[in-house]
This record gives sequence, structure tokens and C-alpha cells, in this order.
Amino acid sequence: MVVKDLEGLKKIKNQTLEIQSLDDTKNRKRITVHMGTCGIASGAQDVLNTFKKLVRESKEKDIKIETTGCMGICSKEPLVTVEIINQEPIIYEYVNNEKAMEIFNTHIQEGKVLSKYAFVRGKESEIEERVQNNGAIKGQEVLDDSIKGIEEIPFFNLQKRIVMRNRGAIDPFKINDYIARDGYEAAYKALKEMDSKKIIQTILDSGLRGRGGAGFPTGLKWKFASQPQSEEKYIICNADEGDPGAFVCGEETALIHSIQGQRGNPRLKIPYPAEKGLFNKPTVIDNVETLANIAPIILKGSDWFTKIGTDKSKGTKVFSITGDIVNVGCIEVPIGTSIQTVIEDIASPMEGAKIKAVQLGGPSGGCLPVQYFDTPLDYEPLKDLGTIMGSGGMIAINEKKSAVDIARFFVRFCASESCGKCLPCREGTRQMVNILDKICSGNGTTEDINKLEDLALVVKKTSLCGLGKTASNPVLSTLQYFRNEYEAIVQ
Amino acid sequence: MLEEIQQLLGFVPVEVQERIAQKTGINENDIYGVVSFYSYFTMQPRARHRIQICLGTACYVKGGKEIAEKIESTLQIKLGENTPDGRFTYEEARCFGTCGLAPVLVVDGTVYGKVKLEDVDEILSRYE
Repeated sequence: MVVKDLEGLKKIKNQTLEIQSLDDTKNRKRITVHMGTCGIASGAQDVLNTFKKLVRESKEKDIKIETTGCMGICSKEPLVTVEIINQEPIIYEYVNNEKAMEIFNTHIQEGKVLSKYAFVRGKESEIEERVQNNGAIKGQEVLDDSIKGIEEIPFFNLQKRIVMRNRGAIDPFKINDYIARDGYEAAYKALKEMDSKKIIQTILDSGLRGRGGAGFPTGLKWKFASQPQSEEKYIICNADEGDPGAFVCGEETALIHSIQGQRGNPRLKIPYPAEKGLFNKPTVIDNVETLANIAPIILKGSDWFTKIGTDKSKGTKVFSITGDIVNVGCIEVPIGTSIQTVIEDIASPMEGAKIKAVQLGGPSGGCLPVQYFDTPLDYEPLKDLGTIMGSGGMIAINEKKSAVDIARFFVRFCASESCGKCLPCREGTRQMVNILDKICSGNGTTEDINKLEDLALVVKKTSLCGLGKTASNPVLSTLQYFRNEYEAIVQ
Repeated sequence: MLEEIQQLLGFVPVEVQERIAQKTGINENDIYGVVSFYSYFTMQPRARHRIQICLGTACYVKGGKEIAEKIESTLQIKLGENTPDGRFTYEEARCFGTCGLAPVLVVDGTVYGKVKLEDVDEILSRYE
């Protein structure tokens, strides 16, 4: 169906909302299986099949089965939400086939909540409404208040969802699900009610900065690309900034080469992609998270956005939290939230050993010790301490792990991912690995530590692209904050 | 074109690269450059079963390294090698996006999460 105007969008929205709402006749009950990557890998597909079979066999006509994407809390997967009309939704954790059968028989059919398998009451998309109404939704019966409300869990209530506002609520494969939650209204507004200048000005006013690493103002980037005259211009959504894959292709110019079918080598950045980018045309390259902020900013305005975050950095940042913590997953917090809040309250350290450091920003980032955990998660404060937010990797490391080994892990990664174009990165990272191997095997000397430090600085200063320039960060930051660990294992 | 060949043959040997160069007029070095750069392409045929040990950051800090060492000693094999009997190809992977399940081991596309050292033998024994 072709949507021609706002009325068309609204029509789809209302129709979808009507289909989605529970009613007293056909759709009294709904089972939602959350099918993110972690969910599927933990067996969500089996669980879904089990529920489908149970519904078929029961011959009940008023049960709907839906799927959505990730809920963000990967360590509790597979997760299943059960809703019955006029009752509070219940989210079940670690669901397998046996539990699915029990949930079906006891909760869906007999209407009794299985608190022993329950994770929380309520839905993430309704947290704000629940908070306003003292932890309930009007018209919904609370079945078992021994189960925590979702708004009481720090993992959820300390987050601020802009980029991930629809997680767990829509099925990413169904476009109407997105339209039902205001999808494409911003596109309509931008195309029909705003011109290029006004759009760029709105993004400039919002203070949005690039979420891939350096934090360049997005509006400024757009302004630069809007200036050259050209029949064709490109926008690239960079979803390649992160650990896996051809790592170097997260670098803008390398990404352009790979899209052109070439080997993903970076080049000197001048001319900038905004002038000569993909196929030599003016190109805007934005990180996927940056772009995900655009629609809400267009819809709600730049003033709304500037109220979130810090003086210099507006909005939220997504982090992937992992390591020695209980709640492994994907979170979104206002910029300026402290590392402490994320590690202690949201992530919750695992019992048995204290957290001694976090590695921020993936292989290009740095390791920060616990005494700096009151630092706000923001571009400049982290940069001053030798690390970055980057694409949002955050790994909590406990006392049992060696900082030297972690540094070696990241440098080894950078060495194997180096594209080989420039010498400092290609040879420098390899030699850093050799020295770190020597130190880790117990055969290193104090001289080796000094050599490692010198080399790391040279690689940082002389590499061609951003990845080479940051490849030393794990070494430099661990040398800065955990030099004693290096010294303890050399002769 | 290279992607199709990789899917069809399971690898892109140098002879095939030479042939593509002849037919398309693209420099042989450029084709080799692309094949050797992206981990998606391999130049050697794979064994019957493909083991991928995740050594992404999350898995590494949660014990992926020890799992890798265990596989290496059990199968007497190093990363990137095939077992002599053609049973396993052993590769390193960088994150399957399932960090909640770390450490992760993938055999022929089946994901094994929260793998413990003592699970490794049993998992491998399922593949002959």
C-alpha cells in the first residue's frame, strides 16, 4: 500500500493499534516471545513453537501469539510476556519448553500467575505511565504483588529510552508495528513541512554529536555536505563500528572503499567525505545510533532533546554492558550518567570478586580503574582520562583478571585487524603483541615495559587512521593505571 | 561475484581468482587483496564440521580463552586449521551478538552458550 499523506499513516496506525489491543471477544490473551539474537540463541524459537503447538491443541480461539525483538536484558533470555485482558502483563525469564507448558496451563488457561518463573510485572514501554500511577496501569488488575514491578528494577528505571524506545514493543519485521508507534511521522514532517536548511538547523540546535567515537556535531557534518553542488549525494549509515567484522571498516573512508567493492583500506581524510565521499560524491556518514536520534528530534523538537544529557553533550548513549556483572545486556542512559551508576546499580557486579576496572569503547578505548567510577559518561571527561565512549562497549573486569592480559587481548585484536596500509599500525601493533607476550610469559624486563610505552606512543602519533591512532589506548591506559601489574610480572 | 563463489565452492582458491582476473580484466592482486582482507572469504576448503570459538571481548573475559585452549589440546589443532581426518575446521569468531550467553561456541551454526570447560568434550562428540 502506498501512503501518500499523514492521514494515510494515521489510518495504518489506528488500524494496527486496534488489531494489537486486547478485547473481550477474539483477543483476550496474548503471548509475546522476545526474539532478539540472545533470545534465539538461548532457545526462543523452540519456546515459540511450543506455545504455537499448545494454542493449536487447546483449540482456544482467543489467544494471540506475537514476537518482538530484544528487550535489552540478554542474560535473562528467553523472555516471554503473558497478557490477559484487564490484568497486568507478566514477563517470565529463562523460559524453556517445560516452563512454557507450565505457564500455558497455569497462567494462560487457569489465570494463575507462576511467580517462581516471573521476572517482573508490567511492560517496559509503560514504565513512565506506571511511575505516574504509583506502579500500576489504570484498569489492570494486579495479580501478584510479590513480583517486582518493572519500574522498581534499577536496570530499567535508570535508563532513558530514545534510540531504543520501541524495544520489546515492536516486531522489527513488521513495518505497521513501527507506524503504530509514530513511525515515519518525522520523515513526513521533514519532507513536507521543513526544508534542508531548517532540518539542518534543528539538528544543530539539538546539540546531537556523533555516537561512533569522536563526537563531531552531526548538524555541522550535514551542513558541510549540503554546501557542495552535486547532482548526486549519498548518506551512509555506519552500522559497522564495533568489535566484530572487518573492524577497520568502521573507519569512514575504509567503509566507503568496502561499499565500492574494494578492499577496506582507509585513506587520508582530506578531502573529507562531505566533499568527496562514496563514488566521489558528497557523502554524509553517520553512525547508526546517531541516525536513530534524528526522528525523535524532528518530531519533538530540539528543545526537548537539549533537556537530556550534559552541557556539552545532549541526549542519551547506548552501552553494551558485559564482563563480571549479573545483568549483561544493552542499555541506554542519559549522557553524563556516572560509571558507578551503570556498574553498581544497572549492571550489578557478580558476587565473589570486586570490580577493579572498566574497559570502555572497545579495542580503541581504555581501561579505567575503580577510583574513577564517579566520572560521567561523556565525551570530554572520558577523553581526559585516556578512554572514550566510542561505540559503547563497557566491560567490567574483576580483581581476578590481569589488566596486562586484557591489554594484550585488545592489541592482538588490533594487530590482526590492521589493514596493513601504514607501517606504524601494521608493524607497531605486532611488536606490541610480541612484547606483551614476553611480559605475560614472565620473561619480560623493566626495559620491555619502557619499550612498550615508547612504541605505543609512536603508533598513536603516526598512524594513518583513527583505528591505528587508538590501537595503543588499551596499553597506555593500563600502563597509566595498572603499571604495578606490569611491574609485578617482569624480572 | 566472490561472495557467490565462496557460497558455491565453500572457498576461493588462487586458481579461481586467476580465472576471475582473466575474465573480468581486474588486476589479480586486487582480487587477492579483497579475498585475503575479509574474513568471510577462505582460500582453503573446510572440513565436515565447522567449530567457531568466539573470542570477542565479552566471551574472552568470561572464559572463552580457556575453552579455546581446551579445544586445541583435545583436537591437537590450532586456530585456522583442519583436523587431519577432515572432521573439524577450527576458527576464531569475533562476536555473534549473543554476549549475554558468553562464553559462546558455535558448531555448524548451532550456538552453545555459557559453555563450561567440562562441556567441551560432550559437545564435540555430537559431530562425527
